[in-house]
Amino acid sequence: MAEATMNYDEAISKFDPVLGLEVHVELGTHTKMFCGCSTVFGAAPNTHVCPVCLGLPGALPTLNKIGVESAIRIGLALNCEIAQWCRFARKNYFYPDMPKNFQTSQYDEPIAFEGYLDVDIETDEGQKTFRVPIERAHMEEDTGKNSHVGGATGRIHGADYSLVDYNRAGIPLIEIVTKPITGTGKYAPEVAKAYVAALRDILRGLGVSDVKMEQGSLRCDVNLSLRDTPESKLGTRSETKNVNSLRSVERAVRYEVTRHAARLAAGDTVIQETRHWHEDTGISTSGRTKSDAEDYRYFPEPDLLPIAPSREWVEELRATIPENPAVRRARLVADWGLSQIDMNTVVNSGALDLIVDAVDAGVEPAAARKWWTGELSRIANDRAIELEDMPVTPADLKRLEELISTGALNDKLARQALEGVIAGEGDIDTIVKSRGLAVVSDDGPLLAAIDDALAADPAVAETIKSGKLAAAGSVVGAVMKATRGQADAARVRELLFEKLGVSE
Amino acid sequence: MSDLIRKDASELAGLVSSGEVSAVEVAQAHLDRIAAVDGAVHAFLHVDTKGALASAAAVDAKVKAGEKLSVLAGVPLGLKDILATNGLPTTCGSKVLAGWIPPYDATVVTKLREAGIVILGKTNMDEFAMGSSTEHSAFGPTHNPWDLERIPGGSGGGSSACVSAFEAPLAIGTDTGGSIRQPAAVTGSVGVKPTYGGVSRYGLVALASSLDQAGPCARNVLDTALLHSVIAGYDPMDSTSINSPVPDVISAAKRGDIKGMKVGVVKELGGEGYQVGVRSRFEESVALIESLGAEVVEVSCPSFPAALAAYYLILPSEASSNLAKFDGIRFGNRVGDDGTKSVEQVMSETRAAGFGPEVIRRIILGTYALSAGYYDAYYGQAQKVRTLIKQDFDAAFAKVDVLISPTAPTTAFKIGEKLDDPLAMYLNDVATIPVNMAGLPGMSLPIGLAPEDNLPVGLQIIAPAMADDRLYNVGAAIERELLAKWGGPILGLAPELAGA
Repeated sequence: MAEATMNYDEAISKFDPVLGLEVHVELGTHTKMFCGCSTVFGAAPNTHVCPVCLGLPGALPTLNKIGVESAIRIGLALNCEIAQWCRFARKNYFYPDMPKNFQTSQYDEPIAFEGYLDVDIETDEGQKTFRVPIERAHMEEDTGKNSHVGGATGRIHGADYSLVDYNRAGIPLIEIVTKPITGTGKYAPEVAKAYVAALRDILRGLGVSDVKMEQGSLRCDVNLSLRDTPESKLGTRSETKNVNSLRSVERAVRYEVTRHAARLAAGDTVIQETRHWHEDTGISTSGRTKSDAEDYRYFPEPDLLPIAPSREWVEELRATIPENPAVRRARLVADWGLSQIDMNTVVNSGALDLIVDAVDAGVEPAAARKWWTGELSRIANDRAIELEDMPVTPADLKRLEELISTGALNDKLARQALEGVIAGEGDIDTIVKSRGLAVVSDDGPLLAAIDDALAADPAVAETIKSGKLAAAGSVVGAVMKATRGQADAARVRELLFEKLGVSE
Repeated sequence: MSDLIRKDASELAGLVSSGEVSAVEVAQAHLDRIAAVDGAVHAFLHVDTKGALASAAAVDAKVKAGEKLSVLAGVPLGLKDILATNGLPTTCGSKVLAGWIPPYDATVVTKLREAGIVILGKTNMDEFAMGSSTEHSAFGPTHNPWDLERIPGGSGGGSSACVSAFEAPLAIGTDTGGSIRQPAAVTGSVGVKPTYGGVSRYGLVALASSLDQAGPCARNVLDTALLHSVIAGYDPMDSTSINSPVPDVISAAKRGDIKGMKVGVVKELGGEGYQVGVRSRFEESVALIESLGAEVVEVSCPSFPAALAAYYLILPSEASSNLAKFDGIRFGNRVGDDGTKSVEQVMSETRAAGFGPEVIRRIILGTYALSAGYYDAYYGQAQKVRTLIKQDFDAAFAKVDVLISPTAPTTAFKIGEKLDDPLAMYLNDVATIPVNMAGLPGMSLPIGLAPEDNLPVGLQIIAPAMADDRLYNVGAAIERELLAKWGGPILGLAPELAGA
């Protein structure tokens, strides 16, 4: 049942929003956090399991070093301190998707803490950088996955029975928790979205996760509270789970602002609770209330040794951290001579890395950008595939540009050559040859095609002669069509005017 | 009854490897003994006749083929039912695990099998190793072969009883607060808790992860050392396993020379609260140690009196979490799943029906101790006491090579005597608990019978971490003198069991 909401602008005029974001990232390690089972997504249920990740009596965890390494690298990329010494802790609660009925996590001794991430948002006064304070990034294990069979909602209530798949149980997770994010004002939804997007870029750049929100390898919980003024103490927060797309992050914040505001304005209190986000309807509904929240009875995990990353190791890992994506974008804007809006288009299209690769291969930035944000984006969109999955290499674009610059191909032929590459017909040179793509430079066939075109439309010659040069377009078009695009349009025009005795 | 059952493990191994006796004969002799006396003793929860004879036959085949055998190949063993055995039931003495057959072997079990040791079956224990008498087994108590009316110690009463009843020359126990040493003491056998991390815990169903340790049980020091050497060593499957060479316990058990050693008597572990006969036998041992050329000094460990209280916060805390997995969802018994109940109800009913009262008591204690608002006062304080205990040991071992005390304050008490008084039951482990709290190795060695009840008394020997060999050196020295004095093993004094 939808709750009352208040118009967003009105809500913001009355209250000051405070955000908190918890992001869970599934690491892309080959094996689970505490055993050797595979982490590959999509296997048959309960096939990637062993005594350890099933929590069978007697089994013990062993630590995945790559998991720790990834956690440290994430911490460093988020400007965090790396703990000199930290431990795992047990988070105790009963749930069937938890094989041991406790989650091996970290509590008051996280591996990384006290960091920040700068995000850029568009404001009424132009682009602004906003610093999101990060409280901690810690390691933990994922749970299994329940599916509830029967009943209308797919939820546990009303289901006939439930199935549990433990393939996911024990997959390494990093939970990244912000401090309360204040001072966003009306831009809270944009800041939230920009933060998750920036985090996703960083994680992708680190190569630690495939960060696919739709597959759940990056999951976001949105905490929100309102207070009367920025000087007031923090209000009661709600925690909205299952916010699994960038768009939903923005929408969930906006929705919660309007819902909290309506309650507060009506004199009600906000209930501290977990809420479920519904992508389809764009609203959240109440989950369990936190007032009867479980006491997790954390205590240090006695089955694992403390972790004391040496400073040498941390510095080695620091050297592997790629340039911060935002800093990199600012550098590229300058290098390529783009406007910020052009850059935003590039980033939003997901083409940035592809363009960088093409430029590195020797393609002019403007040309690389034109191909990737234009023709290639259009084709990817038509075929509903990711841009990065397009089978076009930097070398293909480089060769294409060479052929264009020598006049061997025109724009239209170049597009046909690319189509051939995408269709898997080979490299550019092969396709140019096999498809017979070449600009017709011999005047003979062109003159013949001009004659044909003029014969087909006897009136047009007089029109052109009378000075209406624009009418030449239809003749040039007809010639291009007749030569299947292989003519040089400028030359056709020249020949036409010569023939009619007209000068431009 | 075959005289094979009274032979030492080392002797049996020699007979088997030389081909004088087949491993199958040895196994059959022990299976016959079990059939004859275990109705009265109830040391075993599950006897694996087929598996035992098959592994014995495999050893015999190796003998025939002239293959080199490990030191204990062909020797039968009773395995505490808390270690996971692939294809064999593993109940931990609990109804909640009735019917569960693990799909994997504990590392200790793998090592036993690789060594050609013949696993006769799974031995009885207090449910999830919570107890000092084996009365808390869901499958009925084990009886002390010295007096069937009395307890064989606990939690590993099945292991100590099967050794002292000559049902097996060897057994594996686990020791969280004394569950190897106290049963050894009250049954006149030898038991060792190795250094924490010395023996892999992989496949040992956890009671308290930071305290649990599997170890060897036998009828003499050398056999115990041989078994220790088989099961010890680094295991990458156990993160708390110590990656360094296993102390040379076999050489130490053969040496038995304590001349010039410094031995500390722990002031706080003895005296008041200890049975008269326990004290007198202990004092005789002290005199014996001095007569062998060692220097004996008194050492004070002032924080030991707080050890029991701290232990009963740390153990239940860890246990409450370790035992959470027993919910009937993935394995074991499921109760109440009639299609009308929620998963929470089924989990709750499974646990209520599956756990006995002592387990429930400790889960509640631990849940409480870890609760928000109580953690610092209970678990946090207990960890501080644990640190103090370690410091006491460190200070003591700066002055002496080993420490000694009585293993248990009393000899075996009567079945039922302390069942309704948990605190009295807990006090059995007052001398053994500090050793677990500090992760140190400890041995219990029989040093005679208490004059007032003619029941065995144990001497506890404690060494620094990874100096397990010192236990065997000291134990062997004392054992040699006592055997000479008694004219044979102390278990020869135990009454014959009916049916044998």
